[in-house]
Order: sequence, then structure tokens, then C-alpha cells
Amino acid sequence: MSHTPRQSWDVVVVGAGGAGLRAAIEAREQGLRCAVICKSLFGKAHTVMAEGGIAASMGNVNQGDNWQVHFRDTMRGGKFLNQWRMAELHAQEAPDRVWELETWGALFDRTPDGRISQRNFGGHEYPRLAHVGDRTGLELIRTLQQKIVSLQQDDHRETGDHEARLKVFQECTVTRLLKDGDRVAGVFGYERESGRFFTIEAPAVVLATGGIGKSFKVTSNSWEYTGDGHALALLAGASLINMEFVQFHPTGMVWPPSVKGILVTESVRGDGGVLRNSDGKRFMFDYIPDVFREKYAESEEEGDRWYKDQENNRRPPELLPRDEVARAINAEVKAGRGSPHGGVFLDISSRLPAEEIRRKLPSMHHQFKELADVDITAEPMEVGPTCHYVMGGVDVDPDTAAAVGVPGLFAAGEVAGGMHGSNRLGGNSLSDLLVFGRRAGLHAAEYAAALGEGARPRVSEAAVEAAEAEALRPFGVEGGDPAVSAGRAENPYALHQELQQSMNDLVGIIRKAPEMEEALRRLSALRERSRRAGVEGHRQFNPGWHLALDLRNMLLVSECVARAALERTESRGGHTRDDHPGMDRRWRRVNLVCRLAEESTGSAMADPLLGLVRLTRRDMPPIRGDLLSLFEKEELVKYLTDEELTT
Amino acid sequence: MSYDAHFRVWRGDADGGDLVDYTVAVNEGEVVLDVIHRLQATEAADLAVRWNCKAGKCGSCSAEINGRPRLMCMTRMSSLDRDATVTVTPMRAFPVLRDLVTDVSFNYQKAREIPAFVPPQGVKPGEYRMRQEDVNRSQEFRKCIECFLCQDTCHVVRDHEENKPAFAGPRFLMRVAELDMHPLDAAAETGVDRKRSAQEEHGLGYCNITKCCTEVCPEHIKITDNALIPLKERAVDRKYDPLVWLGSKIRRRGA
Repeated sequence: MSHTPRQSWDVVVVGAGGAGLRAAIEAREQGLRCAVICKSLFGKAHTVMAEGGIAASMGNVNQGDNWQVHFRDTMRGGKFLNQWRMAELHAQEAPDRVWELETWGALFDRTPDGRISQRNFGGHEYPRLAHVGDRTGLELIRTLQQKIVSLQQDDHRETGDHEARLKVFQECTVTRLLKDGDRVAGVFGYERESGRFFTIEAPAVVLATGGIGKSFKVTSNSWEYTGDGHALALLAGASLINMEFVQFHPTGMVWPPSVKGILVTESVRGDGGVLRNSDGKRFMFDYIPDVFREKYAESEEEGDRWYKDQENNRRPPELLPRDEVARAINAEVKAGRGSPHGGVFLDISSRLPAEEIRRKLPSMHHQFKELADVDITAEPMEVGPTCHYVMGGVDVDPDTAAAVGVPGLFAAGEVAGGMHGSNRLGGNSLSDLLVFGRRAGLHAAEYAAALGEGARPRVSEAAVEAAEAEALRPFGVEGGDPAVSAGRAENPYALHQELQQSMNDLVGIIRKAPEMEEALRRLSALRERSRRAGVEGHRQFNPGWHLALDLRNMLLVSECVARAALERTESRGGHTRDDHPGMDRRWRRVNLVCRLAEESTGSAMADPLLGLVRLTRRDMPPIRGDLLSLFEKEELVKYLTDEELTT
Repeated sequence: MSYDAHFRVWRGDADGGDLVDYTVAVNEGEVVLDVIHRLQATEAADLAVRWNCKAGKCGSCSAEINGRPRLMCMTRMSSLDRDATVTVTPMRAFPVLRDLVTDVSFNYQKAREIPAFVPPQGVKPGEYRMRQEDVNRSQEFRKCIECFLCQDTCHVVRDHEENKPAFAGPRFLMRVAELDMHPLDAAAETGVDRKRSAQEEHGLGYCNITKCCTEVCPEHIKITDNALIPLKERAVDRKYDPLVWLGSKIRRRGA
């Protein structure tokens, strides 16, 4: 008999970044009781790292902007692999989601006539990103956090209890989704501080756990990004799509080593920063792909004029979508034209007066000054690609954010797949969080409310006991599993480092089949060894234990990435194959779907060579005619097959 | 470029603990948090530490380094004397949970005591108009990353547990100032007087503007000069406060 305490809520949201908090606000405003579970303190989620802005076609700076233009840019950025309905909803609803933040106290930078200012960004045709200097993510998370506090103040006035209808369980990790038959029934997890287990029963669970970057060595992502939601969904029977598409942000810090990977915002380029190689050449002019050739400047002079006059000039190629810029930097470094620490130069100092740099890019100025002793107003930065974002995620219904195949499960934000296709545009993440966070919260609330009290799923004692045994395995004492006691205990930190190195080297920015096959072999060996990941000490705030448990998720997600990347024999967006360099129109309509292998459930080990993940191909739904007609025929032929164009 | 540093790290929990000595390798360009992580990965796998972004943006890794409240991720090893011992202890103003991790729930409780932004009646979403110069002041305060170093260093509560119930601390008095200076906050129309509540409910009068909070702020927010003193000045017609008078003298001298 388990002694794990149980609580009952209507909706549980896992993750307290932008998507999670927006979902929680919506569920609470629908009148339901909502619990938010997050690994960090409330208000520290990775969303705070977002710098550039929130993309929304408010048209405050250029009145030519509207949702159709935003939709078009998003589809182009994703190389037409986007779930078009999600891209449509996203472009339509983003302005309302931004304006709503102002009614909750957000203070964006302003235009001269007092509206929300909007800035240029890669892949966006018009200035579109609502921003607060280069700390937009902080503003977003703080605004949502303060909105939650204000709802709690309302509840306190009404009931005497701040947490009557909306409670944040901070510094808690969920290790299992619990089910009753096919349906979600709740979550199991532990408090990081005390190590105590808990079970929350709830008919609806929203995953908003963010991404997977911690499986890679060089990443802009924090420790939280261990692919928890991706793995929880797989383990609960949901499927993941587009896992081969991982965005390497072109500009991460490359020096000093301890900060390698930390993000340098795209706003540096949006505000005039240029990329140069060791010869001093603005090399991006050599890397404009055919599909974008008409949209980008051919000379430095034209590119420079664009910052002042966007009507009559084309934008500089430094503002190509992120995948293009990242590949170009990678190629320059490989060709021996890199900077001293293995990146390229990003220069804003020769482009803007020092005072303006400090005003427009205060965090970047601060970050380089304090971490690298570099004054960006006086000298160029050294930058290189860093693992930043996963386009792949839980296969969801575009309108309701419901996970396909698991009633009661919803997903929003980075953990959900489809919206961004093969490559996400900068600024489209924060708007994604708000649009689909709200939708997930709304539909989770409706789903939970529609179930009568008696019709709610139940959490079985056996499920809780199994989850407990799994979580205790790293201590090697409970459960009596011979796989734990036999053989030497493995250090979870060492396993994690090997995983990161393997993914970085073998399934990184440029991929080839033999390397990915090697990655799958190494992942299999790591999975075997990770079962003996052992820790010392006790359960109270024990980071070694936490990491040992996170390894399961990182290994599962890494296998999805490697397996899907090996299968897709073309290059598109955040998936570049050295052995298949071209984009293939026949692959445009194919989603690769990852599911957990049947035989891997329970404690039985699956065949190490076969792995735990099964891959299937699925055709994408055809793009609706009125949306297709937003594009010129000449552009569509670059992406769609003749057959798709004639029907 | 690497060298061995001598670290003393506080290990223990609510029942007590002690400084433990470690000798640990340091590489070029590293910050204190890198060294703490190296300890975790090598000889102290269960060393408890909070951190998240490792770029000075989330405010999780607050601690005291050689007695000074700082973010571990923004304290470069090259800024410390190579031959001297580096002592890392948890924030002193908050109860220890384990090792470098403290119970910061005081701050979340105080956050709930500040009345929220009140949207203006009759102004629809999308119709908010504010001038940049009118939002600059509140925007400065919204740079706060809630590291709670100002709350930790403030002498009103640092060694005075008894003052905690009546004092919101610099971070949350600054929040009152931020809302008070928000061009569209309509709290007054609902009967909330932010200035008076700062004085009467959130303990503004305890602050004697020694600027300790400003000195430790990793975001370089001028908490005292731009938030607390103006708030005191705005509250002054409600209640005489000799420190406002003193503060205005000190500021004038500095200007």
C-alpha cells in the first residue's frame, strides 16, 4: 500500500513557462480548479530567456501587415511542413493575445504615437515583434505570473484561500502520467526539495514542458529542458511528430567555454548587426538559397538602405530564417574562415552609435561585458550555432491542442509539434505559447467540465506503486531489480555528458546516415547503462538523483530525433543531410510519427538494436485552397508536388 | 590556464551544518556556478544548488560569495583573488532548506499582498496608448529578475526576523512604485491608494535609504533613488517622514 499523498484537481498543467501559465489562467477563468506543476521556482521558467519579441501582425509600425502576411511568412519559414491550421490560428489570434497582456499590466516599448512598438526579425516581412528592449520573455513571464497572483487575490477575497482554485506546485517534477484505461487520470511526481512523492488526480492534463536542448552539448537551453513532456506523452501512448527538426540558433556565444551556447539575440541583426568571417567579408550574400532569392538584397548597399527604407529595398541576408544562417556560419567555420574561438564575427559596434546599442540591446551589452569581457559597442562578438528549439513535439489537434489518441491529454508551446513545420521563425515562439496555451487551457477545462463527478477516471494503487518503484531505482535499494544490483553503478553526470557529446557530434546541425546509425548504437548502450545510474545520499534536494531520472526522458527523446533524422532523406529547415542536400517536394507532405514500441512497456527491456521507438510515415492534410491562394504559383511550385498543385 | 582553487561551501540543512573545504579545478572564463557544478559532477553529487538560465536572466542562483549577496552565474572566477579561499554560503535572510538552497517563500507571500494592476475602465485591449517617456520609469523596475538579493541584503530584515511581517522589502516596495507610476493603472478609481498602502501596509517607513539593495542588484536597477525615495516623496503628504527630508538632501548633494 502506497503512502503517497493524493490531491484532486480539475486540470493539471505541467510546466510554468508562457504556455503553461497562459493555459492555467484560461482554465481558472473558465471556473475550474487548476494546479500548475513546475521544476523551478514560479517565474523562473525558460521563457525568461526569450529576448527578441512576440510576433503579432498588429500593423503598428507598418500598416501593410495582417494575419495573412504573418501566415505566409510562417509557412515559408517552416518550408511548408507546418500544420497549416495551427499556423492560421496562430497568425489570426496573436494580436489579441498581445493586447490582452497590456490589460494585465505588461509594458511594451512604444511607437511615437503611443502604440506597441514592433521590430524587424528574420523571416518576417514587416516589423512585427512586440518587445521590451531585449528582455521580452521576462516581461511575458512576469505579466502572466502577476496575472495569476491577481486571480489568487480574487480567490482569497472570495474564499479566504489564495490557492482555492489556482495553485502553483513549484520545484516539483512529474515522472509519469497516470491513466485509467485509455484516459488520462492524473500525474505522479516528486518534490525536488524534500524528495517526497505526490499524486494528483485530474481528468485533464496540459503538457507545457518546453523542449529538449539538454540532450545536446552546445545549447541555449537551461537544465529544465530535458524533454520531460515529450517523454511523458510517449510513455502515455501519445505520438510525437517532426522530431527530426531541431533548430540550431545561428548566434550563440562561443567563448569563454563555460558560457558556450548562451543565446545572442537575433535582434542584434534585426537592428543592423552584420556577420563577417575572418577575412572581414559579409559572407551571407553568398548563402541566399533559390527559394528566397527575390526577397533578399544582392548588395551590401541595398541591404544597408533597407534599414531606413523598407518599401524600396530588399532586406539583408543576415535576416534569412535561422536554419539558413546557422548552416552558413557552420560552412564558413569549416572552410577555415572562422573567428579565433571557432565562430564568426557579429558586429553591431561599427553600425550603430554606442548609446543606441546600449538602449536597444541592454541585456546583450551586459551579458558580453560580464561574461566575456567584450564591449559590444566597441568590438565585434564571436558567435556560432547553438541548439535552441525543437520543432517536433506531441501530435495534437490543431484547434483544441488535444493530444491525438490519449483523451484528457493536451499539449501547448514547444512540447507540441506541427505549428512551426521544419523551422521556427524568431518571435513565433512567444506568440505560439500565448495562442495555444490559451487554447489548451480552454479545451482542457471544457473536457474536464463535461465529465460528471462519477465519470472521472480513477488512479489505481498499482499505477502509483509502479511509478514509485521506477523513481526509487537510482538508489538501488527498493524494488529488488537485479539489473540495478548487478554491475557497477553508473555516474548520471557522466552518462549525461556522453549523451550530449553523441547527439552534438552525430545528430547535430549537419547529419549523415552512418553517423546517425552510430548515434542509435550509442543511445542503446547508454540506455542499458542508465538503468544502473546510481546515486548516493538521500532524497532531499538531491540533484544527482534528479538527473538520473531525467536521463530516461533525454534518452527517449534523443532516440526519436536520431531515428526520424535517419529516415528523412532530404534537407529541410532544421534538418540538414550532408548525404541528401536537396529539399525534396515528395517529402513535403510527409510527417514522421514516433510512438513507443509495444514491447517496451513494463519493466521488460526492448531489443537494444531495435530501440524503444517505432517510426511511421503519415501524409499531411492538404492545405486549404484559400490559404494556398495567398501565395504566387511560382513560389508554390518550389514546395508542392505537381499532383498537389493540380488538385 | 587552469588552476586549483580552494572553496569552502556551506553544507547542511535546517538542523544545522558547516563549511566544507574542497579543492577544485577552475578553467579560463568560468564563473562560480561552473565550479559548484564541477563539485556536483565530481565529489559532491548531492550538493544542493538552485540555478536555471546561467546567464543572469532568471535570478535563481542567488547566494553569498565571500559574504556578499551575488548571482553565482554572474560572478567570474577572474574577479576573485586566485590564492584566496572562496566561501559560498546560502542567502542569510531566508531559512536554509539544504546546502545553498533557501526557503524564499517569504517573497512569494509578499507578492500576494501587493494589489494587482487595475486596467482602466472603458479602454479596450488594443486601445492602450502610452508614451515611451511615461513607461520608462516602470520599465526600469520591470527589469527585476526576482533574485531576491535585495531582500537578502536589506538590513531591515537581514538579521531581524521580527520585521518580516510588516515589511515587504525593496523588491515589493519597488513593485508598488512600478504600479503607482504605471500611466494607466486605475487602482485609485477602485479605492486603492498605493502610496498610502506602501507606508501603512508594506512598511516603507522602515526603509532608511542606505542603498544596500541598489548595490547588490545584478540588473543595476536604482531601487533606492528611482523607486523608494520617490515613493516616500509621494507618500509624504499623507504622513510626515523625516527620512524623505534627509533623502532629498543626500540626493541633491550627489547630483
